Amino acid sequence: MGKEHSITRIDPVKSNKKKDTLFVYMRQHKWLYIMLLPGLLYFIIFHYVPMGGIIIAFKQYSPFTGILKSPWVGLTHFKTFFAGKDFFLVLKNTLGISLLNLIFYFPAPIILALLLNEIRSQKYKRITQTFIYIPHFVSWVIVASLTYQLFNSSDGIVNMIIKSISGNTIDFLAKPKYFKGLIVGQSIWKETGYGTIIFLAALSGVDIQLYDAARVDGAGRWKLMWHITLPAIRGTIIMMLILRTGTLLNTGYEQIFLMQNDLNRSAAEVFDTYIYKKGIINAQYSFSTAAGLFKSIVGMIMVLGSNWLAKRFGESGIY
Amino acid sequence: MIRMTYHSNKIKTGVGDRIAQVIIYLVVGIFALITLLPFLYVVAGSFATEKELTEKAFFIIPSQYSLNAYKYIMETGEVFRGLKNSLIMTTLGTTVNMFFTTTFAYPLSKKHFKGRNLILNLVIVTMLFSGGMIPMYILMGTLKLKDSFLGLALMGAISPFNMIIVKNFFQEIPKELDEAAQIDGCNDLKIFLKIVLPLSKPVISSVSLFYAVGHWNNYFNAMIYLKPDKETVQIVLRRIIVLAQGIQTDLIDFDSLGAPPDKAVKMAATVVATVPIILVYPFVQKYFTQGVMVGAVKG
Repeated sequence: MGKEHSITRIDPVKSNKKKDTLFVYMRQHKWLYIMLLPGLLYFIIFHYVPMGGIIIAFKQYSPFTGILKSPWVGLTHFKTFFAGKDFFLVLKNTLGISLLNLIFYFPAPIILALLLNEIRSQKYKRITQTFIYIPHFVSWVIVASLTYQLFNSSDGIVNMIIKSISGNTIDFLAKPKYFKGLIVGQSIWKETGYGTIIFLAALSGVDIQLYDAARVDGAGRWKLMWHITLPAIRGTIIMMLILRTGTLLNTGYEQIFLMQNDLNRSAAEVFDTYIYKKGIINAQYSFSTAAGLFKSIVGMIMVLGSNWLAKRFGESGIY
Repeated sequence: MIRMTYHSNKIKTGVGDRIAQVIIYLVVGIFALITLLPFLYVVAGSFATEKELTEKAFFIIPSQYSLNAYKYIMETGEVFRGLKNSLIMTTLGTTVNMFFTTTFAYPLSKKHFKGRNLILNLVIVTMLFSGGMIPMYILMGTLKLKDSFLGLALMGAISPFNMIIVKNFFQEIPKELDEAAQIDGCNDLKIFLKIVLPLSKPVISSVSLFYAVGHWNNYFNAMIYLKPDKETVQIVLRRIIVLAQGIQTDLIDFDSLGAPPDKAVKMAATVVATVPIILVYPFVQKYFTQGVMVGAVKG
């Protein structure tokens, strides 16, 4: 403050000029600032105000007293959340699904993109691509509906086939042990095809001459893939991995919520569905805000952490 | 597999290489088939008779056609009310999105815009951290925006990702056009409306589609914030199939059709909810692929 003051005293003319130019600039471009306004208000009202609303995690909020008048309770809600038996169940389920996704779902588009890249017939490639992108655009409700119609134990077609072979049916939809597999399977079915786009885009930038040169040197299909194709998409793979780690606790609540029922809940409750049930159904606003805050903070640390790691290993990172 | 590698090294288009090629074609083909089969089965089933559906395990072409399932859906009207609400939500939502997104992206696309970095950082922070579900729920209640299509539209008026795509596109428009218009005495608003927007049709189409598909498919927020009279098609579909609550009949008189063909009705409902997406899919495919490419180029 003092420093600024001394600068203005030394060179008052320059500082005034600076202020003037900003003023002139803003007047000259007043429409730019007017256009900015709706979006800016949107971000303040619908993003920053809810961030401020997080303080209810440290209060005993009730809709009747309001946010400001509700009494402070410190870390009570966090203590209840971490000490409760739900916490470990929810954490276990969330991490379980995320890990399975990381192992099976994450590599799927990479493998499919590599396979598509090997296909020489452009027509065959184009037709298969047209089909495999479709599921990305249908809603999770439709995916859940298809799953129910295919897998239910009374008249689902998968169970009808299983029954005609083994004589028994398997209740995929109600047994907790099948839940995680069902979720990962749905994700692979829905997003693998669309997920190839970003890798194929990266591959389209590879210089064909590299392949030709390597072929002259006697490199076969697998060597080309290992030494040219994979390095070309390494940056993209790492970027996608960063994005994934950031969402480790974000297991896509629409998908999971739609597949939950009273019977499979022990395997199916994840952070987002838990927050929804505690907060919106049971109206435990403060408690579920605390749970949500925990989730947001861990998520943010994971994104920034993996981004930092990626930069350390010489990749460009995303932020 | 490894042996095949060495083999193909020696003889360029040898047998091993050809076998590998066949396997690759097959794997990709099978994957494409797996994505299609559930849809084909549901479409086939929606036209089939209940008898065939319960007796046969799997078929793509029903032996006997029946439109009963669709008649049933038409007469109850529930699915169509859902479609109507979804259409309102999607149109209104996308309009709100495009207004907020383009007006916000334009000033930010100007490198000379004072305050640009500050605003961009404000946006990036919201991509990293959010208040979460409950503070938003309370806010929506306080602002009296619950149970309103407009409220739901405003709640997600700008997706930072889409905004950045639009901003990057605006940035690519040649500065000379801008300068020429300025000399002619156009202000920034006029330049935006008369020059920039008409030149930005590709990005406007693709981002509108991004938003529209998002609104059409949205389930969770519609469930939390909208009351039953504003049920979207996704909510209706979930009620019918996942919760197995059947179609609630507005009309009691169903004697003309006999017992409701339960399984076929579920399939027909799935088809009706999917058709709009399949109809716009050719456009969507064109623009989405472009959109992903544009987004992949950082700016």
